[in-house]
Amino acid sequence: MAEHVLRLDDVTMQFGGVVAVNNLSLEVNQGEIVALIGPNGAGKTTAFNCITGVYEPTNGQVSLMGEIIVSNHPQGKMKESYAGENLGKYTQVVSHTPDQITQKGIARTFQNIRLFSALTVFDNVLIAKHMRAKQNVFSATFRFNAKEERRMREEAMALLEEQNLVHLKDEVAGSLPYGLQRRLEIARALATDPKLLLLDEPAAGMNPQETQELTDFIRQTRDKYHLTVFMIEHHMDLVMQISERIYVLDFGKLIAKGTPDQVQNDQRVIEAYLGVADDAED
Amino acid sequence: MLQKQNNKRGAWIALLCVAALLILVMVLENTIKPTHMLFTVLKKGAVYALVACSMNLLNGFTGLFSLGQAGFMLVGAYTYAILTIPVADRDAVYYLYNGSALKFSLPDLFGGANSPVGLILGVLIALVLAGCMSALIAWLIGLPVLRLKSDYLAIATLGFGEIVRSVLQWDKLGPVTNGANALKNFPTFSSFNIKNASGEVIFRLSAFVPFLLAAVCIGIIVLLINSSYGRAFKAIREDEVAAEAMGINLAQHKRLSFCISSFFAGVGGGMFAMFANQAQAKTFTTAMTYEFLLIVVIGGIGSISGSCIASFLYVAASEWWLRFLDSETYLFNGTFKVPFLRTGFRMVVFSIIIMIVVLFFRRGIMGDKELFDLFRPRKPKQMAKAGDHNG
Repeated sequence: MAEHVLRLDDVTMQFGGVVAVNNLSLEVNQGEIVALIGPNGAGKTTAFNCITGVYEPTNGQVSLMGEIIVSNHPQGKMKESYAGENLGKYTQVVSHTPDQITQKGIARTFQNIRLFSALTVFDNVLIAKHMRAKQNVFSATFRFNAKEERRMREEAMALLEEQNLVHLKDEVAGSLPYGLQRRLEIARALATDPKLLLLDEPAAGMNPQETQELTDFIRQTRDKYHLTVFMIEHHMDLVMQISERIYVLDFGKLIAKGTPDQVQNDQRVIEAYLGVADDAED
Repeated sequence: MLQKQNNKRGAWIALLCVAALLILVMVLENTIKPTHMLFTVLKKGAVYALVACSMNLLNGFTGLFSLGQAGFMLVGAYTYAILTIPVADRDAVYYLYNGSALKFSLPDLFGGANSPVGLILGVLIALVLAGCMSALIAWLIGLPVLRLKSDYLAIATLGFGEIVRSVLQWDKLGPVTNGANALKNFPTFSSFNIKNASGEVIFRLSAFVPFLLAAVCIGIIVLLINSSYGRAFKAIREDEVAAEAMGINLAQHKRLSFCISSFFAGVGGGMFAMFANQAQAKTFTTAMTYEFLLIVVIGGIGSISGSCIASFLYVAASEWWLRFLDSETYLFNGTFKVPFLRTGFRMVVFSIIIMIVVLFFRRGIMGDKELFDLFRPRKPKQMAKAGDHNG
């Protein structure tokens, strides 16, 4: 059990009458890079939002390192209109705000980059260090935390150095080119000392060369920080190259899972999603 | 490392500038005649600067658009006044309510407002308590109100200001708040002037004291903004979703910022009572909040030095430089009446000036820069090139 870093059990997210994620169960093991793919609107980002506490799933549970971090079942009005399965299987309600989930060790990036764009590159990373600091508002204001502050700055600096962003540390984050903003967003996520890194379309808007760099970068990061990576991605080159296992989602339902080879040859996946890629191969 | 040294040097330079300013005020006060308009401007400007900075902390740095500043000042002003009116004067002040319900006064506890120790300790403790009272009320109303965003939050806090104003004028609270009547006879800035045995003023401190108090409070605000918490506030302003994903507890940090801002608004309210020599609920109107909003916008949202500069400019313009617009003036031995000049015209001109500022200096005097940033040497432009290459 303990080897599952992340585990989703029957996660269902229903908005009104629309079931965006339906009965999704998956697990991500220690040190793996796992991808979640699917056509537009399949519910991938919704699944991410359920994991990170942005949404509360309608039914199902999520656990991190064996600890249940999210659990819910249909309540109130939703009881009647619930269109998913496994009604009554979960009775516990566990919910956390996104910051508490980050505290527990899940860091994420966003589909459309969400940097603190008016602040400097250095401040962006430094802010992520705030969470783990032991200071309180008085010690921070009156500078009794000099030691901790120095440590935070040094760690943030070290992270920037590793990401080759040091020469840009005083630049305003919003002024960086797109590829570097993506890299900075990952650096910022790493600054929260995560166990699990969720990447939401890290290669969106990147050219093939940048995508290749990103592929190497994700792998290196995983090895260096002993991370587990779970990502949503559309670039099939990247996904097939990097991921050890793939989950395929279509209309909120899991339609296939397995190694890149298995998924590529799965008839349902080809129908739902890779049909285009299949044509291109011919 | 270089940057750190630079920051440290900047802090020292800023500290020296503030010290020089304080000394200048002290010297001016004892050389120019004390009824000069300049001193009204300096005193009121210092109070306004503090409140504007507290508003900037919330609106400019945390991104919470709140309009409750006058309400919090009112709470602070009343707390200060109620705690410091000398016991001997209470019956006179509360004559409508047969004396005050509170039978003590902070300065009296430390030897009376006429002894230096009693005055300084009494006033300081009362100001701190005024801030705490405001912060406490901010915490309470923050529980429901901080769930709101942008304009909704502004409306809710605006309503709060009106409610506080009405409640404090409530007849039933008369023995404590003196109803709709003014609270007076408490120690003011002039109480700090050093007098000789026969009661003549030998050394004036009445403008120095508000400057010192405001400088200390604004200094604390600056320290807070540059600390880890200040960075977290800025993160919330930039992007709430991202800030939360970075592990910043939104509710807790917003409440913190709201309470700290209200604390300093409360202290500023106490100081405003000292400046005005009385505290009366009807002076703390919504229009007053808009004055601070104007100052913050003119100074630059997100710039503490901008707020300070704009406070003094605003107060000087409204109290001093534009006063002549309000009085009818005859030129050429009274044969020519200057057109437009009459009571109320000042506000027309003032509005036009503000419109010009908002239209042509959209980011205010300072933008989001601090005064110190302007003197910092520009770094070479090669960084941008490296960025282009990567993109």
